[in-house]
Amino acid sequence: MRINLSRKKIKDPFVGKVEELSGQNLLACYQCGKCSAGCPAVSQMDILPNQIIRYAQLGLKEELLESKSIWICASCFTCNARCPKGINIAEVIEALRQILLRKREDHVKVDKLSDSEKGDVPPIAIVSNLRKFTS
Amino acid sequence: MKLSYYPGCTLKNHAKNFEDSTLCSLSKLGIQVEELPRWNCCGTVFSLATDDLIHHVAPLRNLIRTKESNSDKVMTLCAMCFNTLKRANERVKSDPESLDKINDFMYREKIKYEGDVKVLHLLELLRDEIKFETIAQQMVKPLKELKVANYYGCLLVRPQEIGIDDVENPTILETLTTVLGADPIDFPYKTECCAAYQTVDKPEIVAERTYHILTSAQSQGADVVTVSCPLCAFNLDQRQKETQKQYPEFKNIPILYFTQILAIALGCPEDTLRFDLHYIDPKPVLKEKGLI
Repeated sequence: MRINLSRKKIKDPFVGKVEELSGQNLLACYQCGKCSAGCPAVSQMDILPNQIIRYAQLGLKEELLESKSIWICASCFTCNARCPKGINIAEVIEALRQILLRKREDHVKVDKLSDSEKGDVPPIAIVSNLRKFTS
Repeated sequence: MKLSYYPGCTLKNHAKNFEDSTLCSLSKLGIQVEELPRWNCCGTVFSLATDDLIHHVAPLRNLIRTKESNSDKVMTLCAMCFNTLKRANERVKSDPESLDKINDFMYREKIKYEGDVKVLHLLELLRDEIKFETIAQQMVKPLKELKVANYYGCLLVRPQEIGIDDVENPTILETLTTVLGADPIDFPYKTECCAAYQTVDKPEIVAERTYHILTSAQSQGADVVTVSCPLCAFNLDQRQKETQKQYPEFKNIPILYFTQILAIALGCPEDTLRFDLHYIDPKPVLKEKGLI
C-alpha cells in the first residue's frame, strides 16, 4: 500500500480531534508493538493497533476512517493493559469510530438486521452492538 | 446480611439461570438480597470518549436507586454491568466537574449523586465478605472429579483499576472452584475476548474465537467451562452451532455460569439451574459425575 505523508496532514485538526476524544497523547507511542502482539482481533484487521497509533500521529485520516480495524476492535482492553507507555489504544480506536458515528455514518443498520440476528441474541448483545456501532 | 442487587437486562431472560442459581446460593449462605426498585439498563458498555457524559447518566441513575434503598453498596452479577457501573462511578469520583454536569442533567432525581456508592461484583462479595471458608462449611455436595476451565473474559479484570483480580493472571475463580471440590484446569485463553457484541453482525468472528477458546480448554481436559458474563455465555454456548459449521472437527462442551456449579455444591434444587436455557446440555456430564 502506498502512503503519502505531508506536513499538511500532520497538522490537520483531525490529529487534535483524536487526541481530544480519546484523552491520549499519541506521541507517547514508541512503536514497541505490544498492543498488536496481544490483540485477539489482529487476524481480522487491515491496520494493526500499533499502526493505528502511527497513522493517527501522521494524520492519515482517510486510511484510518476507511479501515476495517476500527469496527473489528471490541474494546477488550488487552492493548491498554499491556502498553508500557500507558496509552489507552482502545480509546484511540473509539475516537475514530466516534468521528464517523457523529456524522451519522452508522456501521450497523438496524433495519438491515434480519429477524434471527435481532431475535436470537440476548438484549446485552443488541444494546452493546448498537451503542458501539450506531450514532 | 442484607444486600442491594442490580440485575441488569439479560439476567431476567436469557441469563435467568445465572440469576436463579445466584439467588439460591446466596440464600443458602444466609444473604438476603434486595433487588433495586426501578432499575434501568446500564448501557452495557462504558463510554470511552472523553466528552460523552450523557451515557454515564444511565449507570449513575442505578447508583441513585441504591441510595434510595438506604444502601451504600450494590452487587452485580453480569460482568458488563459491573464494568459499566463501576467505571462510570470511578469516572465521576475522579472528576467532580463532570459529576456536577451529570447531576444537573438529572435534576428531577431527589438525591444528588456524590460518588458514594460502592459497586461490587458477586465474586468480590464471596471472597471478601462472605469468605470462601463459609462456602466450604455450607457445602453439601463437593464437585468431585469435575474438571472446570474458568473463563474470565475481559470486563471482570480489565481495566486494572477496576478489575477484581490480577489483570493478566486472575485466579479468583480457580480458588473458588477448588473450594467447591472441583479440579480447576489452567488454559491460556481464560482472559481472551470472545468478540462480545460482534455476535450480532459478525457472528463468524465469534465462532472463530469460540473455537480457539473452547478447544484450548478441551485440550487441557476440561469437562465444562464456567463464565460470569451473559454475553460470553451466549457466544461460547449458543454460538457453538456456528462454530461447528465453520470447524467440522469441533466438539461441543457445556458452558455453565460459575454460580450454577456453586448452587450445585450448596445443594440448590435443579430447577434453580435452568438447564433448559442452555444450547449444549450440561446434564449428561453432571450426571456422569454424580452431581445431579
